[in-house]
Amino acid sequence: MLAIAEKKKHRGVQLSPAEKAGMVFVYTICILAGVLTIVPFLYVVAGSFATEKELVERAFFIIPRTISTNAYRYITADGSIFRGLANSFFIMIVGTVINMAFTTTLAYPLSKSYLKGRNTILNMIIVTMLFSGGMIPNYLVVKGLGLLDSYWALMLPGAVNAFNLIIVKNFFQELPHELEEAAKIDGCSDVGIFTRIILPLSKPALASVGLFYAVSHWNDFFNSLIYLNSTKKFPVQIILRQIVLLAQGASADGSSIDFGAGGTPPEQAVKMAATVAATIPILLVYPFVQKYFEQGVMVGAVKG
Amino acid sequence: MAKVKSAGSTEPLFRYMKRHKWMYLLMLPGIIYFIIFKYVPMAGLVISFQNYSPYLGILESEWVGLENFKTFFMNPDFKMLLVNTFSISILNLVFFFPMPILLALLLNEIKNKLVKKSIQTMIYIPHFISMVIVASITFTLLNTESGIINQIVYALTGEKLEFLADPKYFRWIIVIQNIWKETGWGMIIFLAALAGVDTQLYEAAQVDGAGKLRQMWHITLPAIKSTIIIMLIMKVGTLLNTGFEQIFLMKNSLNSSVAEVFDTYVYTLGITQGAFSYSTAVGMFKSVVATIMVVTTNWICKKCGETGLY
Repeated sequence: MLAIAEKKKHRGVQLSPAEKAGMVFVYTICILAGVLTIVPFLYVVAGSFATEKELVERAFFIIPRTISTNAYRYITADGSIFRGLANSFFIMIVGTVINMAFTTTLAYPLSKSYLKGRNTILNMIIVTMLFSGGMIPNYLVVKGLGLLDSYWALMLPGAVNAFNLIIVKNFFQELPHELEEAAKIDGCSDVGIFTRIILPLSKPALASVGLFYAVSHWNDFFNSLIYLNSTKKFPVQIILRQIVLLAQGASADGSSIDFGAGGTPPEQAVKMAATVAATIPILLVYPFVQKYFEQGVMVGAVKG
Repeated sequence: MAKVKSAGSTEPLFRYMKRHKWMYLLMLPGIIYFIIFKYVPMAGLVISFQNYSPYLGILESEWVGLENFKTFFMNPDFKMLLVNTFSISILNLVFFFPMPILLALLLNEIKNKLVKKSIQTMIYIPHFISMVIVASITFTLLNTESGIINQIVYALTGEKLEFLADPKYFRWIIVIQNIWKETGWGMIIFLAALAGVDTQLYEAAQVDGAGKLRQMWHITLPAIKSTIIIMLIMKVGTLLNTGFEQIFLMKNSLNSSVAEVFDTYVYTLGITQGAFSYSTAVGMFKSVVATIMVVTTNWICKKCGETGLY
């Protein structure tokens, strides 16, 4: 094997013409895939800063000739986008704290194979992954509990995700038992072991699962759609749909703002600006989230 | 539970639970959660056999047996929902499913770490974006007034296409959205499988004179074959789950004849029109069939010697 490696090194990266053509193909397709993914975002950002004139005259552009922030002034005029972002942020933070509290406290005892009843409970949880009551019974339970139109309706019905629970349970299961035994000998209680040893040791897995929950809260549209009625409580996803898809302008009275030379922003630019405003928060955390998400997917792929 | 228990087996259950009381107390909130938000709704499925009225409640409402199911199966909507759901799922299976595999195979050939990492970082982004944003971008690209795609179409043909309203484009838009949003993320599992292939196999094949394509056919593909089979079987098991948000957001009064699927139908009839019993019956039909499909495909997975979903 060494000899072959040596030979390869001497040969350098000399490829046959066919192989060269192959590599050109591979690079072209992969780079094209990357570009096609990004271009819609760039187009939306560019369009949000454009003036009416430019949107009509030029079909496609990544850098607008005249930069106008009128579309942003328009969507921020009545504050519904900001309120939506703030609501989404609140739901995400409190929701994730609830998720983590419920998930870890349930996962820890379930990670102990000696605990009586553990398998029964696990099986009952797996059943819920395969079969559920569905939309209407869930809605009626939330309604029956008097949670309609409250943020509890967005946080409690999804407090534990069975997949995430199993990821955390498996992670706990693989931690070395010696530490727990040592702590027990030192007189540490089960709860003490959980909060002082298990949780700190599980930071990577908890970060992944916490981010899974956080991103799903931020992106959630369905629950807000069926459970919320008050405009004031709407998260950003609902507001965005109203502006872009239902074409209900964000600003109650756009005419009261002085847009200067650019004139009232085109409807298209307003929609794009709203899209950008809703996308930016997730892009800001993306570099950080990506790493933990990938890690989480791989942890989740390991069966236990 | 295992029959053979160590020292604890002779201990009365009550004493055992008392000894481990903190463990059981720790689990309590989670267990209560599963009972209230998972098992109570399952029990709530009984309203599909009733003529449920919110004023009378579950106990007082009139029992109608299988009436709601009969109404649904006799209704032309039933056939429409089946056709729409399977059309979208099968298009996804044929056009979306192979994408992550193909892209992973190509990306795996790129040895330059920086290029590879940059491309991965770019194509993972849409996975983190909400469906509302995906729909919003689609609207800005496809609308008839100023959408870029329509401007190109107009420049080429002199007319504009009603992408968002015309039923014939709906299914393709859904599939393309899926490809754009999830191809990158879907690669991860295949890339991981590809990373596990012993590089010595490639060196040996090279010595034997096998070209890149033959290496891919004889080494790379067999290495990810089982992952592909598992993913495919899982996809078949979930053919009925078309995803509520995406369809709901892209659906409008003009394209609803092809856009209406089980979930959107249940939403419209149940939540917005208050036909609780009928929509629960529809939802239950879908859940039961979907569960049978998942359990069956999983059983096939295990029969084939693969690990299966659970």
